[in-house]
Amino acid sequence: MVSTNTEFAYNTKIEGDVVVTRADAVINWIRSNSVWPMPMGLACCAIELMATAASRFDIARFGAEVFRFSPRQADCMIVAGTVTYKMAPHLRRIYDQMAAPKWVIAMGACASSGGMYRSYATLQGVDRIVPVDVYVSGCPPRPEALLDALIKLQTKMRDERSAKRLMSA
Amino acid sequence: MTASVDVAAVIKQSFPQLVERPSGDHPAFSAPASDILTVLSFLRNSQGYDLLTDLTAIDNGEDTTPRFTVVYHVFSTTGHTYLRLAADCRDDRKPSIASVTSLWPGADWHEREVFDMFGITFDGHPDMRRILMWEGYPYHPLRKEFPLAGIETPLPDIEVSEETGTKVLPAPMAGGPFVTSSGEINMAKAEPRAKDESWNEKKEKPL
Ligand code: SF4
Repeated sequence: MVSTNTEFAYNTKIEGDVVVTRADAVINWIRSNSVWPMPMGLACCAIELMATAASRFDIARFGAEVFRFSPRQADCMIVAGTVTYKMAPHLRRIYDQMAAPKWVIAMGACASSGGMYRSYATLQGVDRIVPVDVYVSGCPPRPEALLDALIKLQTKMRDERSAKRLMSA
Repeated sequence: MTASVDVAAVIKQSFPQLVERPSGDHPAFSAPASDILTVLSFLRNSQGYDLLTDLTAIDNGEDTTPRFTVVYHVFSTTGHTYLRLAADCRDDRKPSIASVTSLWPGADWHEREVFDMFGITFDGHPDMRRILMWEGYPYHPLRKEFPLAGIETPLPDIEVSEETGTKVLPAPMAGGPFVTSSGEINMAKAEPRAKDESWNEKKEKPL
């Protein structure tokens, strides 16, 4: 395609220092591209979570490389592993300490449904104590699957009515 | 101290009350619960069995007397031989036995685990608490009458329990436990399957 327009990026001289958009779009754009995960590494899935964060799969490409071990600085709890009934209340308390807005990814069979642990000691799905946004299948899921879950979560975030919620909050 | 070559003969001679147990590998003896400390300290102090490699228990079944048996595996780091000792607990309803933490401090957590799973108390243990299940859990999961799926109980944290409305619920077994046919070459056939295939998540359990 031949075009005389060579301005592909934002040019202050043309736009006059103004960008027109919707508040939702801006807020969601910021939120979805700087998801700070709270790693809830409870079992073997945590190894794949670490791999996802490391250089080969590099979760930084999606703006989620800032793993925070303090719930107060995190946006998205990634539950990676088997949640026992003994651990479940602690998980919920950590979730409660995260500042809103917050999201949860249930990574792997165990976090999603109890997995192969159909026993007296294992919580049969982390959605019994925290609201889950994205479930990832696999035992363990490959890092690509977790990245896919993150992309799905970002897509979900971009559809949220954030401005309205901020005003009513 | 070195482990004696024929420890079985030595034990028979020193402790005539010990009964030899059928064993597929190492020498094994049943000892009366009252003698377990004496026998184990004899093995440790003069026979070279200086390492307690395992301490566990057996539930022989609800209607069996004696119901609970505690099993000790000791190893000689100089003689490189193992020995197994088993002792039946005194009481079937409130089983207890002497703690061996005075001989091996490492027995501490083993005994706590046996207490947690079987409800056997160890007399003289410095810290007789549960180790895996939470404090206040009302059952002992490895007892024969306890179902694998679990029994309904409140969550360990009452506040979280109220907030989420969640309880400890029996896990859905769906015909389980799930077993693999090991040695099966065909992977599709070797997949884990429920033992009872007559019902599952889609088909109701026949009454
Ligand atoms: S889903 Fe599999 S890999 Fe992940 S925590 Fe459970 S058992 Fe481990």
